Amino acid sequence: MSSKPIKDLIKGDVKLTSGHRLCAGCAESIIARQVLMATDKPIIASSATGCFEVSTTIFPYTSWNIPWIHTAFGNGAATGAGTEAAYQALKRKGKITEEMRFVTFGGDGATYDIGFQALSGAVERGHQLMYVCFNNEAYMNTGIQRSGATGFGASTTTSPAGKAVPGKTEYPKDLTMIMAAHDIPYAAQVSPYYWRDLISKAEKGFECGGPAFINALSPCPRGWRFNSEDCMMVAKLAVETCVWPLYEFENGKYVLTSESKRIAEGKSEKKPVTEWFKAQGRYKHLLAEGNADIVDKIQAEIDRKWERLLALSKL
Amino acid sequence: MGDLAINGDSAVALAWKQIDPDVCAAYPITPQTIIVEKFSDYVADGDVGTEFVCVESEHSALTVCTGSCSAGARTFTATSSQGLAYMWEMLPITSAMRVPLVMAVANRAISGPININNDHGDVMSARDCGWIQIFAENVQEAYDNAIIAPRIAEHPDVQLPIMTNLDGFILTHAIERMTPLDDAVVKKFVGEFKPFKPLLDYKNPVSHGLMDGPDFYYEHKYQMVQAMEKSFAVIEQVFADFKKISGREYHIVEQYRCDDAEYVAVVLGSSYGTMKAAVDELREKKGLKVGVCMPRIFRPWPAEQLAKILDGKKAVIVMDKHLSVGAYGPMYPEVAAALIKCKKVPAAYNYIYGLGGKDTKVSGFEGVFEDVIAGKAKTVNYLGVDE
Amino acid sequence: MNHKDMIIGSRVNGGTAAQFETGDWRSLTPIVDRETCIDCMTCWMYCPDDCIIFENNKMVGFKLTHCKGCGICAKMCPKDAITMSEE
Repeated sequence: MSSKPIKDLIKGDVKLTSGHRLCAGCAESIIARQVLMATDKPIIASSATGCFEVSTTIFPYTSWNIPWIHTAFGNGAATGAGTEAAYQALKRKGKITEEMRFVTFGGDGATYDIGFQALSGAVERGHQLMYVCFNNEAYMNTGIQRSGATGFGASTTTSPAGKAVPGKTEYPKDLTMIMAAHDIPYAAQVSPYYWRDLISKAEKGFECGGPAFINALSPCPRGWRFNSEDCMMVAKLAVETCVWPLYEFENGKYVLTSESKRIAEGKSEKKPVTEWFKAQGRYKHLLAEGNADIVDKIQAEIDRKWERLLALSKL
Repeated sequence: MGDLAINGDSAVALAWKQIDPDVCAAYPITPQTIIVEKFSDYVADGDVGTEFVCVESEHSALTVCTGSCSAGARTFTATSSQGLAYMWEMLPITSAMRVPLVMAVANRAISGPININNDHGDVMSARDCGWIQIFAENVQEAYDNAIIAPRIAEHPDVQLPIMTNLDGFILTHAIERMTPLDDAVVKKFVGEFKPFKPLLDYKNPVSHGLMDGPDFYYEHKYQMVQAMEKSFAVIEQVFADFKKISGREYHIVEQYRCDDAEYVAVVLGSSYGTMKAAVDELREKKGLKVGVCMPRIFRPWPAEQLAKILDGKKAVIVMDKHLSVGAYGPMYPEVAAALIKCKKVPAAYNYIYGLGGKDTKVSGFEGVFEDVIAGKAKTVNYLGVDE
Repeated sequence: MNHKDMIIGSRVNGGTAAQFETGDWRSLTPIVDRETCIDCMTCWMYCPDDCIIFENNKMVGFKLTHCKGCGICAKMCPKDAITMSEE
């Protein structure tokens, strides 16, 4: 849990100002604000190209009240790694004495797909950099095209639900597990509804002494087809259905956290995936007659992965 | 320090050691690799305090460098051929972000077919990317350019990245005699890096790399145009300062026996030396009035300087070690455009040569002059191709 | 914009977006019932646009110059103290 009560968090500096041009009800800035609350040390931020990068920095306006840099799409982690490398060099040469923290934000396209190589390389090299993925499960900046993070069955503009094909026909890659497989000091999945859990994980990521990866589910009202006010409720449902379990990978150990821990302990109910589908227009077609087998198949896959996570958390 | 017998890559690495940049991020590629290998030795032995980042690709190499230089660190990198091609996305971003980093480019042919030998396909494909580009005739100049480069790039009037080119294998691997400068002299000449609005100055937060709409994009490009124009004066000053510490005199456009020449060739890089030998041969043995010049600086393009040298000549021969298939060599239209400034415009011929490392000898260059003088040259000529 | 007024390199000094008012995107406007509000700060934590104004730990209203009217604050308020109204 966040080490600070909300009454202290609210006293912190505004690191991301109003006046950005994300859609109303977008989760990305909610996640970013929570992440940036997780340290009082100076932060140097960077972003891969994407909704968040564009919306927060349309010249001559920037929402960033902290140093920030963007270069391109497929290299968010390398951009952040560069800022951290400069810090390490200047610190060693005695030109900098303060402790600083480094964070890179990228969407799922920039993280799971085009920027994966740069991310994998950066964490292998051990930069003291926290990479935060805004996972809205599609290329939203270009208009809702499927990505390696898009869920099975989701209708996107390049995996539309049609008469012959029921939306995307592949499961997303499990990037949090892939990052954990790099044996980095810290990796975690978060949802902004569970803000105490998110901030506490970001605190750990900032302080882990090496590369950290935070995969943040980022509901997108426009792309997922729900009303903007429901954003955080969708973020909650993802966890309650175990579509997006909350866990962390810390020093080689998998630990379930927050609501996912409660589900594992039998203290909370594990909701069926249909609840997740009902909340979003992108899955509407799956609830139509004749698609029950697809829903069953997806439920079975969620169950399999959940069981695997439970087993991992007992190791 | 006494004279050294050293190859071009090692000479560049030696210059870097003397400068001791803050960050170096690079990826191995032939024929650049010796630079990063030698520099790694300096890092391993503690001869430099550089943060050496062994990235997983050239795209990340230039990205890490752009990030670190924006953060406030003097930053160097090196690449070649496909590595430069893989960096291409970042090349115009780095310059548009006004990041004054230094990159050595060991010039090598661009695939395909894959070929590891020298031509200028890599650097010419990067010529529109907003970088300053400087060329070297020999190992000494490759070393000198490495020391000169940060002074040009980091000048407040310039603030643009710079490529220091050296011909692959011909300079990178060939051992030549070279006179290095003393460490302290280099350190003093290059001076402290004074970054402009760096990220690490967190108390004065600045955003780098914003999105531009139509009202700003062109204006940012225009700022770069102005920086390029101002860089001519900066380069001349840096060359003058460099002469004071080294005794070696450089010019934006080098020229050899051009004053009374009727036919002048324009070449880049190591071919300048070969062409000088051809000029001497033709003048001494055949009495032909020929000369050669080399734009040491290719970007900014020294059109005025070239026009001044070439005005009134009978013909100009542009030697291109690259080819825009279906058009000309890349330097030909640029020289032709510069010639329009001449009071008496010379004829202009284009010779493509040396592609993929095709050997071109002094005699071959002599033949070029003789063909042009004899009226046998076409507009575009493919020297040495096995027709 | 004249290029002479622009910092080189597509750089700007931090926080200028505060001058860019997104409030005119709004179709629904949040209204808080101070009688019901318990100043729990939940709305502040979830506001994507940092538009919840607290003074001395009291919720005193919304930064309507920038509020886009997404309605997350109203939805997430544990006391239903915020309603979205058509202006």
